[in-house]
Amino acid sequence: MTTTLDKTVLDMTAMELREVNTTLQAAAKAQANAAFEIINPRGSHAMACGLDGPLDVTIKGSTGYYCAGMNKDATVTVEGSAGPGVAENMMSGVVTIEGDASQYAGATGHGGLLNIKGNASSRCGISMKGIDIVVHGNIGHMSAFMAQSGNLVVLGDAGDALGDSLYEARLFVRGNVKSLGADCIKKEMRPEHIEILKELLEKAGADAKPEEFTRYGSARKLYNFNIDHADEY
Amino acid sequence: MCGIVGLFLKKDELRPQLGDMLTDMLITMTDRGPDSAGIAIYGEEADGMVKITVQSDTPDAAFADLDAAVCAAVDAPVTIKVVDTHAVLTLPEAVEQEAIAYLEEKGLRIMGSGATMEIYKEVGLPKDVAARFGLRDMGGSHGIGHTRMATESAVTTMGAHPFSTADDQCLVHNGSLSNHNQMRRKLAKKGVFTRSENDTEVGAAYISSRIADGATLGEALEGTIKDLDGFFTFVTGTKNGFGVVRDPIACKPAVMAETDDYVAFASEYRAFADLPGIEAARVWEPEPATVYFWER
Repeated sequence: MTTTLDKTVLDMTAMELREVNTTLQAAAKAQANAAFEIINPRGSHAMACGLDGPLDVTIKGSTGYYCAGMNKDATVTVEGSAGPGVAENMMSGVVTIEGDASQYAGATGHGGLLNIKGNASSRCGISMKGIDIVVHGNIGHMSAFMAQSGNLVVLGDAGDALGDSLYEARLFVRGNVKSLGADCIKKEMRPEHIEILKELLEKAGADAKPEEFTRYGSARKLYNFNIDHADEY
Repeated sequence: MCGIVGLFLKKDELRPQLGDMLTDMLITMTDRGPDSAGIAIYGEEADGMVKITVQSDTPDAAFADLDAAVCAAVDAPVTIKVVDTHAVLTLPEAVEQEAIAYLEEKGLRIMGSGATMEIYKEVGLPKDVAARFGLRDMGGSHGIGHTRMATESAVTTMGAHPFSTADDQCLVHNGSLSNHNQMRRKLAKKGVFTRSENDTEVGAAYISSRIADGATLGEALEGTIKDLDGFFTFVTGTKNGFGVVRDPIACKPAVMAETDDYVAFASEYRAFADLPGIEAARVWEPEPATVYFWER
């Protein structure tokens, strides 16, 4: 562990993952607003997860499964790509991925901002529950499946079955959508949506105009049982 | 869960390091598959000759004078290289099928055959399997490896990957196929037989049979998306290179890296951590239902 003027450097070639996470979690709990830099992450799993206080963590390289999971109040930046399940069940704070994110990024997230500068693959924002996700590139298939609330903003294209079985999350896509999932429809962009989007794009440092996006949301046809479909069962 | 690794070298001067690079990748994938490990390595070729890799649980007895016995049986020159439980017999291509029939009759297990491909696989931790075979010291143009966490068939040498169902062709797989018995019967009707109960071997046999029918590697891999049901990330090796395909759901992970020196495949980025120049490599996730291949 090396402490420079303003940040503590943790080297994963010299420390075990558990030691790194324990150090970060203790600093988060101390509410000291400290800054950490993790070097040589070597694609390790579960890095910087379970942080529940203000903390600034920069990971210099790519990470494996479940990085920054359950994040609360902390700011985690991955200067590389992230493996499956990044920022899973995030509560608040900011998680930034400079590269790409693998499948189910931000899954079940309750709050905070997940800012992905590259592409996100399949199932991005699956079952999201209030998190804001901004993807500067494209997203893969089955994204926002059963998404309940929050905003998913995509500057590029979306894959197949976007927003399948969607609840009340808002989806904003600038590029093409390969196909929409069941009960997901194109919706009118009203002034309040332009406002939400403007704020999110600014927060994420995204170079795009809110007017360029299309909003998608739930048709709310799956909310109640339709008696005309009784024969289907 | 299983771990897959693959490495295709673009520069000949790196060939002596292939085994060393692949071994580190394979060992990193141990916690995805601690049951068994295997590797297919594409090395040197001798004109008109073929290499047959065989395995025995009693190598001392089985491999003693095996070269002389095969030589007498097929009436052709035979050389043997014994590597732990495996032996690689090199003999003229013309007598390959005759030699395989003789070796099977002797109770030896055929791991694979081809002009350049050798296959080594055993039950055990990847680091132990790699050490037994001296994988680090093996050179070649490309290779693929697998660490297995068994689901569809028993933890045995024959259940370990890679599976080879035609000369210089092999397949490793992360996932499970649900229509493998049906496909096995279909292939058997065509005269294509498998040696184990394993689902992946059926996938390998499907690809080989399509190639034998005239399909390109790309077309055969495209066919897996339509004809095989289940979860899969496949990496298939051929004499000239390797191909990658994932099923449309793509829940089995895959990541690729490319530099001027190599193309690498792994189930997770961790496996790339020791590759030279990985910091500057182009790293990406292969798209679902999309075929990728590299050939020289």
